[in-house]
Amino acid sequence: MYELRIHGRGGQGAVLAGSILAAALVHEGHFVVAVPSFGFERRGAPVTSFLRMDSREIRQMTNIYRPDCVLCIDPTVGRAVNIFDGLRERGTWIQTTAKPVTELQVPELVATVGLLDAVPIARELFGRPITNTLMLGAFARTTGLVSLAALREAVRESEFRDAGLQQNLLALERGFAATVVHHFERRVAA
Amino acid sequence: MNAVPQPQAQTESRVLVCDGNEAAAWAVALARVDMVAVYPITPQSSLVEYLAKFVADGRLNAEIVDVEGEHSVLSVLQGAALAGARTYTGTCGPGLAFMFEPYLRTPGLRLPIVMSIVTRDTLTPQSVWGGHQDAMSVRETGWIQLYCESVQEVLDTTIMAYRIAEHRNVMLPVNVCHDGNYLSFGAARVELPAPAEVDRFLPPPAVHWHAALDPERPMAVDPLTGGAGGPGPAMFVRYRKGHCAAMQNALSVIESVHADWHRIIGRRHPALVEPYRMEGADFALVTIGSMSGAAKDAVDAARERGLAVGLVRVKTYRPFPVQALVRALDGVRAIGVVDRSVSFGWNCGPLYQDVLTALQSAAARPATLSFIGGLAGADLTIGHFERAIALTRAQAREGRSGGVIWLNEEDR
Repeated sequence: MYELRIHGRGGQGAVLAGSILAAALVHEGHFVVAVPSFGFERRGAPVTSFLRMDSREIRQMTNIYRPDCVLCIDPTVGRAVNIFDGLRERGTWIQTTAKPVTELQVPELVATVGLLDAVPIARELFGRPITNTLMLGAFARTTGLVSLAALREAVRESEFRDAGLQQNLLALERGFAATVVHHFERRVAA
Repeated sequence: MNAVPQPQAQTESRVLVCDGNEAAAWAVALARVDMVAVYPITPQSSLVEYLAKFVADGRLNAEIVDVEGEHSVLSVLQGAALAGARTYTGTCGPGLAFMFEPYLRTPGLRLPIVMSIVTRDTLTPQSVWGGHQDAMSVRETGWIQLYCESVQEVLDTTIMAYRIAEHRNVMLPVNVCHDGNYLSFGAARVELPAPAEVDRFLPPPAVHWHAALDPERPMAVDPLTGGAGGPGPAMFVRYRKGHCAAMQNALSVIESVHADWHRIIGRRHPALVEPYRMEGADFALVTIGSMSGAAKDAVDAARERGLAVGLVRVKTYRPFPVQALVRALDGVRAIGVVDRSVSFGWNCGPLYQDVLTALQSAAARPATLSFIGGLAGADLTIGHFERAIALTRAQAREGRSGGVIWLNEEDR
């Protein structure tokens, strides 16, 4: 079982990112459930969605409290919510940010960090800071858990209200290519 | 209806990833529903958005009627059903409350309308989240109620609901209940059956003209019946008894329809109740709806620790499957019933109350405990069920009954 939590803000497509990734992982033969968190998700308000992947059918339709990976598609939502809450030891953190890794406070339990400055690319591609498909490219690059081909297929099947298919396909590629992955050797917990 | 686009050719079964609302919409398309009525509220539920899209795309050759409120939604469908059409709508919470008057009337009219309840907690406190309180509040109105555990079960059950509703020995409306949030927006891998196979399972509606309008045989629908004296009281009793008999008939029809689904489509779902790891169980949980997945995982873990615990999920809630439930629970010393709603009158969960009543026909008297959780969108996790298992086990040891445990009371 692999558990992912996606953090973003209303309007960026965090929930849609979960669905696209779910479809891509199903294409690759995994069992997946994706559950969004619920509320009045206005534009700009913090939004969370959850995704579970396994090699067998997943029965629990619940939120995720101990993620293996946190995918944060907004540069500032980490100031509003604790995106590392419950993250597992030697977990993965994928973040959109303009900062280099040396300027980030990487928690002790994080072993892998994937960084992508997604907002300028999103502005260029979409004219707006919609970062979800760019950050799916970053997820593929950082974790290797899903192929770009499967993500492309899933994006083709999705319906985008605010942006076109070609832009989103390009966003996957650009996100994948521009992501920088850092690995940290940590003290083994006593 | 002019210029109806040709339905897109989907001939094979296929796999897709979708949430419960989209799954219900696919079911409506596959069931070849004739008329859908909705109140175009803003924001609209994604279920209705998918239906509108399927009609626009030509996948569903149905008329969608936008009306001014849920009261009219069901009234429109009553007219359509009386004309022999296959009909559908979905609602929840305040929408269900607003359609209450025609909702009460529908089963008495013996109209085979299928309506999803995307279950939601009721007001007040103000809430927009899931819970079973809305559907549970209408449990004694004579509709059939089926509760789903998974997105796949939502799709399959919504199609099966038409066979149940339209069966000559039933002729009653069916609520297919799927949990708001966790199933309505929870996405999973789903197998979409091939349309030809669904057609084989579900032929066009066999209209039972004793309950439908026929120009060749004019009749008045729902004239005044009852009162004291004359033929009224006996006539009224006849209708009520017929309704009760149809509810009981539904139990075997639900079972045979599920068996047909397995035979034709190839997927097996429990019809009335689902016993899970009940072999040699000393005590058991009873669950309903989407919570059951996490509960089964907790039962597996407890079994690995050597605890003799099983689970029974209630799929058919109305009519209540008394015999099937008692049979499934035979031999356990304690039962913990987990409700996602509240019975204010009995200070426990409503399913708990049903289980207690059913146990009156059982030979033994197991200890019982009522758990209430998952209200207003609260999560019911494996951890919550571990606690329910531990407390039910303690009841089994002590042979005590009673008490209510509110599972989310100490959530942080």
